[in-house]
Amino acid sequence: MTAHTGRRRALKGVFALAGAATFARSGVAQPAAEPRVIEMTAHRFAYEPNEIALRAGERVVVAIHSLDFVHGMNIPDLGMRLDLVPGRVTRLELQPKVPGTIDFVCDNFCGDGHEQMHGRFVVSA
Amino acid sequence: MQRRDFLALTALGGGAVFGSGLAGCATRADGTSAAGNGDFYFVQLSDTHWGYQGPANPDSAVTLRKAVATVNALSTPPEFIVFTGDLTHTTDDPAERRRRLAEFKSIVADLKVKTVRFMPGEHDASLDRGAAYKEFFGETFYTFDHRGVHFIAIDNVSDPGAKIGDEQLAWLRADLARLDKQAPIVVLTHRPLFDLAPKWDWATRDGAQAVELLMPFANVTVFYGHIHQEHHQMTAHIAHHSAKSLIFALPAPGSQPNRTPLPWDASAPYKGLGFREIEAEAAGSALKVTEFPVVRA
Repeated sequence: MTAHTGRRRALKGVFALAGAATFARSGVAQPAAEPRVIEMTAHRFAYEPNEIALRAGERVVVAIHSLDFVHGMNIPDLGMRLDLVPGRVTRLELQPKVPGTIDFVCDNFCGDGHEQMHGRFVVSA
Repeated sequence: MQRRDFLALTALGGGAVFGSGLAGCATRADGTSAAGNGDFYFVQLSDTHWGYQGPANPDSAVTLRKAVATVNALSTPPEFIVFTGDLTHTTDDPAERRRRLAEFKSIVADLKVKTVRFMPGEHDASLDRGAAYKEFFGETFYTFDHRGVHFIAIDNVSDPGAKIGDEQLAWLRADLARLDKQAPIVVLTHRPLFDLAPKWDWATRDGAQAVELLMPFANVTVFYGHIHQEHHQMTAHIAHHSAKSLIFALPAPGSQPNRTPLPWDASAPYKGLGFREIEAEAAGSALKVTEFPVVRA
């Protein structure tokens, strides 16, 4: 097992819930238990916001709107990635258990500036 | 012949010699004896990013031309030259992309060695899935044989998601199926085929499938670009060697928060840039890699 794989497995363990779904803009029922919803946009060449503060144990849904390109959102520490399709809302469900930082990066090459398109979740106690 | 799995790095003049276990060259790619094949070497250049303008290389207008002159001045000409992608810096403008590709092609036409193999990087090909690149340089993945060594160029950039794709993987599987398991194989590609630094997008999404296909072969070496620096890593017995860039250097994987270019050092122009020659010894020894700067003293 590589160090990277080991870290990824360890970090997976700190998230009770890490999932994603893509819905059309309308007609989709919300989950019964209401998590905090964090709106995010993705556009060339940034996520806004690109740093998201979370609290350990808090259940959140990041609702991501891509404005101009099928950007990617790769979260290597969680072993998951998303395609962010314009015109749709991509929902990323998270419930971090322990403090730490989780990086994410666009992994669909989107132009001159792609290399600067990244962000992170900062989980506090 | 047993594969030699030694790995050595020693200084040699202005560069370095990296011996890795291509070895086993007693068997040709077609399974016949390699006796009589002579030693040869080829040159790898990478990540020229023609069209880039920025503080990371204020000398960008002439860096490639200087590298071409240095290659032309090598005392023994290489038998061929490979460019492992990012020939040009990306642009949203299709006309400008073609202008940059044309200018790049014109500049490297000054290379004295006329057998030159090209492959795309994501800056050349990802925004139009290789359409403009193909107009100038042809197919984005292919094979060729040279003195008993089987070369495979893999395209992991025409898909903007850094995927080789099922079609190309099937093509790779079929190509490998006809080879002897001891055949010397050199893979040329742009992105690392392994997860070098996924947080920096230094990976190929389905690269593990290509490595799995290559794994039964005893003598495989991969040369790639993308990360603008030398890096050497093994996946089991397969050696992976990344090349320096000819535009700007990037930080070591994970050494800083972001993969921003290393600053230009006016006191040491072209620091961290360069190209390499790769010597294949047909007598059954290792590949030798020698690194060269953009301009030789």
